[in-house]
Amino acid sequence: MKPINEMKMSFESRSCNESFARSSVAAFIAVLDPNVEELSDIKTAVSEAVTNCIVHGYKENIGKVYIHVKIFEGARIQISIKDKGCGISDVKKAMEPLYTSCENGERAGLGFSIMESFMDKLKVRSKPGKGTSVTLEKSIVSKGK
Amino acid sequence: MPVEIDIDEKSVTAYISGEIDHHNAAGLRSKIDEAVENAYPEVLILDFGGVTFMDSSGIGLVMGRYKLMKNLSGKVFVENAPRQIKKVLRMAGIEKMLSEKSGKEVLV
Ligand SMILES: Nc1ncnc2c1ncn2[C@@H]1O[C@H](COP(=O)(O)OP(=O)(O)OP(=O)(O)O)[C@@H](O)[C@H]1O
Ligand SMILES: [Mg+2]
Repeated sequence: MKPINEMKMSFESRSCNESFARSSVAAFIAVLDPNVEELSDIKTAVSEAVTNCIVHGYKENIGKVYIHVKIFEGARIQISIKDKGCGISDVKKAMEPLYTSCENGERAGLGFSIMESFMDKLKVRSKPGKGTSVTLEKSIVSKGK
Repeated sequence: MPVEIDIDEKSVTAYISGEIDHHNAAGLRSKIDEAVENAYPEVLILDFGGVTFMDSSGIGLVMGRYKLMKNLSGKVFVENAPRQIKKVLRMAGIEKMLSEKSGKEVLV
């Protein structure tokens, strides 16, 4: 199916860009008139995926984070968020609630759980040494209500 | 990332406002921990009344402070979280405890 509108952006994996990334996606989809909850759900899911690219994908290095948003007929939104970082060797395990590879005790291991429950669909593809791609989907049903 | 800290005899209250994400969490953490390590309170109150956005970094922040307070045999209360912030907190099982004393959200 062909999207009726789309947007691509890329930026450096600096933590100061996390807020820029989620706000940009929110601004792009504003024409669909999402309500407060839908908008907040999408911003949160985007923030999770982008933060994962920065924290886990590239770690201390600086690389590029790629976002591609497509809007389809019926107010369906597809957001893909990608890095060319270290990749994930066991995606199934990484997606388990509370699993985190961070050892400093400051990460909850709930990023994927939040993406899954705040969006309609979540797909993760990853190759160790090549990078990770996360695809999120949600339909806007509220029309502002 | 603004946080205002009130210290009294038994408690430290951190009034957090703005957005809690990975970028902002480190600064918040160090300010809150500094106050806790100076005051050794029985209760740490995290007031989320002014928080406009939060992702899992905020859950990490709450859980990390929970561990810190547990080491001091203290408690953590989360107060005034707006609806959307509560939705995120709920992912971690930070549930409303119908405590007669506080009626506050406690980490369980
Ligand atoms: N883009 C990525 N590149 C490499 N590894 C990743 C990436 N995204 C996730 N991971 C791995 O999957 C694990 C789980 O991710 P998830 O977002 O659920 O939790 P977290 O980031 O560890 O903690 P939280 O998101 O709660 O702060 C991470 O700890 C990491 O090992
Ligand atoms: Mg994460």
